[in-house]
Amino acid sequence: MTPLPYFLLVAALIFSIGLAIALTRRNAILVLIGIELMLNAANLNLIAFWRFGPHPANQADPLTGLMFAIFSIAVAAAEAAVGLGLVIAYHRHSRTTDLDTMTRMKG
Amino acid sequence: MFATGFIFALTATLTIAGALAAALLRNLVHCALSLTVTFAGLALLYLQLDAQFVGFVQILVYIGAVAILVVFAILLTRGSGLPEYGSYGRHWLSGVVIAAAVFALLSWAVTGKLPAAALAQSAPPAPALAPVEAIGAALMSTYVLPLEIVAVLLTVALIGAVIVAMPEARKAAGE
Repeated sequence: MTPLPYFLLVAALIFSIGLAIALTRRNAILVLIGIELMLNAANLNLIAFWRFGPHPANQADPLTGLMFAIFSIAVAAAEAAVGLGLVIAYHRHSRTTDLDTMTRMKG
Repeated sequence: MFATGFIFALTATLTIAGALAAALLRNLVHCALSLTVTFAGLALLYLQLDAQFVGFVQILVYIGAVAILVVFAILLTRGSGLPEYGSYGRHWLSGVVIAAAVFALLSWAVTGKLPAAALAQSAPPAPALAPVEAIGAALMSTYVLPLEIVAVLLTVALIGAVIVAMPEARKAAGE
């Protein structure tokens, strides 16, 4: 099986690409995509550490890391829905998704 | 041994290529599609880590819901995929530098400073059995309170997203 550091390196690379997207792109939807990528990289780390961590046979709860990832996915889905709703509302109001011209939130 | 390494390399390359394409492509719809490729690659990585349930949840939630939501938002905010302004903001260079610095720090920590590196180089433990039955039982017993909180959170997020995105004309007509 592939050793743990390879998974962690892939997760670090995905996190950095997501950070670069969130910091450099001008479109608000793409910034949300970058945030989703960062959350996914964190999920990959959680799953990898769960898989390679100790698993005693009689441990009371061997599923902790897995549960972290599942709840993280649920929270990420809620965040995506609210964020995209905000972008759509802003676009309806001022006809742009350009972050360089989004300077006010007053209605 | 060779097969698993080869499959991992293929999946990791696919995942990272999708993320890079989402960062570099100009057409927003193409960005959303390459994002979907990244989500699928991550699901494959989860399957390689013996987390079958999370892999399928990833496919259902991310490819089935989030990617569709992103495409909807792109098409609702703009007719075609091509933006009418530049792809990158004014301070793109500093953003790239910050991201590269973060990656350098993380990879330095992973390759050099990881206390579990010795464990990772050795043979991994026996596959942790995580059947869906056990996950469901744990969700209903140990994790029932977080489950309820997540249910409330999803309901609030759903109602909040609908209210935020609701046209303002309807509110004016109602008054």
